[in-house]
Amino acid sequence: QGKFTLLRDTRTDGSFLVHHFLSFYLRAGCKVCFVALLQSFSHYNIVAQKLGVSLTAAKERGQLVFLEGLKSCLDLLFGEEEEQSGQPSPLQFISESASNLKALFDFVRTSLTPAGSDSWKGPVLLVDDLSVLLSLGATPVAVLDFIHYCRVAVCSQLKGNIVVLVHSNEDSDDEENELVVNSLCHHSDLILWVEGLATGFCKDVHGQIKIIRRVSLELTAEQDVIQIYQYKIQDKNVTFFARGLSAAVL
Amino acid sequence: LVFTEEDKYGLYSNLLFKYFLAEGVVCGHDLFVASAKEHPDNILKELPAPLLDDTYRKELGEEATAVKSEDCQDSMKIAWRYQNLPKMEASPATSTKFGHYYDISKTMSPELYQSIKWHSFYLPEELSLPPAMKTCNMNRAYARLLQSIQRIINQEGFDGSDPQKKQKTILRIGIQSLGSLLWGDDICSSDTPEDIHSLTKFLYVLRGLLRKSLSACIITVPAHLIQNKAIMERVTNLSDMVVGLESFIGSERETNPLYKDYHGLVHVHQIPRLNSLICDVSDTKDLAFRLKRKLFTIERLHLPPDLSDTVSRASKQDLAESAKLLSSGCGAMAIGKKHLDF
Repeated sequence: QGKFTLLRDTRTDGSFLVHHFLSFYLRAGCKVCFVALLQSFSHYNIVAQKLGVSLTAAKERGQLVFLEGLKSCLDLLFGEEEEQSGQPSPLQFISESASNLKALFDFVRTSLTPAGSDSWKGPVLLVDDLSVLLSLGATPVAVLDFIHYCRVAVCSQLKGNIVVLVHSNEDSDDEENELVVNSLCHHSDLILWVEGLATGFCKDVHGQIKIIRRVSLELTAEQDVIQIYQYKIQDKNVTFFARGLSAAVL
Repeated sequence: LVFTEEDKYGLYSNLLFKYFLAEGVVCGHDLFVASAKEHPDNILKELPAPLLDDTYRKELGEEATAVKSEDCQDSMKIAWRYQNLPKMEASPATSTKFGHYYDISKTMSPELYQSIKWHSFYLPEELSLPPAMKTCNMNRAYARLLQSIQRIINQEGFDGSDPQKKQKTILRIGIQSLGSLLWGDDICSSDTPEDIHSLTKFLYVLRGLLRKSLSACIITVPAHLIQNKAIMERVTNLSDMVVGLESFIGSERETNPLYKDYHGLVHVHQIPRLNSLICDVSDTKDLAFRLKRKLFTIERLHLPPDLSDTVSRASKQDLAESAKLLSSGCGAMAIGKKHLDF
């Protein structure tokens, strides 16, 4: 409860973890607010169906609040004036010169605050992916502020969890992105770092995942626990195995 | 959203661009061509002519059978273990026919492209018209282009919003040389551009438009001119497929014996991962392209056999360097570290 998990990928695509967490939390009966900035709803829906969860059903019964970034942005830019008389768009910062993500935060907070009739277990905020906000004009400070506000609201006040995906590269030229990623790393309780293999492309092993449990944050003078596994992604599943022991080798 | 990094002189990426549009014409798709350099009418006039099915298949078929009849009689003596492996095919198998082939020495006949519906966006003409949309801090030219695309999608019913205009075809969008100075964006000319986010915002909104409608888009960008590499990383993140073309003209690789048959390299930086957990990765990552008189082919790059009599250190070093550059992988699957040596 109240944990902040950071999904980080380097030189490969870590979105399979996002799909996993989405279906995991939905199956566990939590109320999920999914800020999906990079792909359309149907993409997540199709993959979730392969994993055994229906997103449309979850949306209808109110368990899932889905913010489709692409669609929201289009509505903001091309929408008619009358449609905008209601709530301000969560992605308002794109068209305004002030780059603060307050509207987005308000959206998250209102969707996760439990209404009287809700019977879901803890709230969960899922973001895919945070680096897109930088591409859309938000400053790194604004992004970090947004995450901070979300942590206070979701983790501390509502005792929920947050899972965020970011991209990073080792010798990246994108300093703003690196700043955000490093800062988030320091504040996370659990980091799942997905990397491509150092030796290059391999058909049977798609990459390696480093699981870092930040025990050092608990002030008990212990070191972080790091575990490293390798994985292979299949159509409906991801298999994990110890390094060097992929099925192709054994 | 297919994103192509142009080669230095823009020759080959232009070819790819024209192939994309020509395929659209032949398949009966609608076209939307946007450019700031050339008038779209001229672009359309220069599309390559499609080859009639039978003549090309015969040509390909002849080549393939000629090769096969020579080799199948030789049995290997030393490397006999390799006998049973399938022969390496440099070009795609002729049995699977996907798409059409084109003859670039001839241009497409006007009747062909006039039979489909096409829309054009030529920046110098469009800028003279008054702006009608809130620009949201984006470059004016990009904003106009987006507005134009959205208008066409809406009018022609590609987004399914109007139940009466059911579309049976898709819209192929081609945007040439985005990000260059001609579009009013200074990311290609200065290290600290005025508005870094214009291009990325444009791509995000375009991605939204494409996801919402029945359309596909190819964009060519002079990536080698963009000073700020952070933009390229963000752009790669926002596109579905990123292909880079590197031509050998004027570079030191032109004289490298490894590359003597080819005109350039194809770097696939990212492949689309839509609607599933994994993407379909081909076996090989090293692709090179070659421009023959009538055809532009992309083939697997393989090392020629090392048959040099004189063991000169210098040339071996060169080959080794080039060999290290092979198999650098692409973004959706793993990329190796650059300097790992075996």
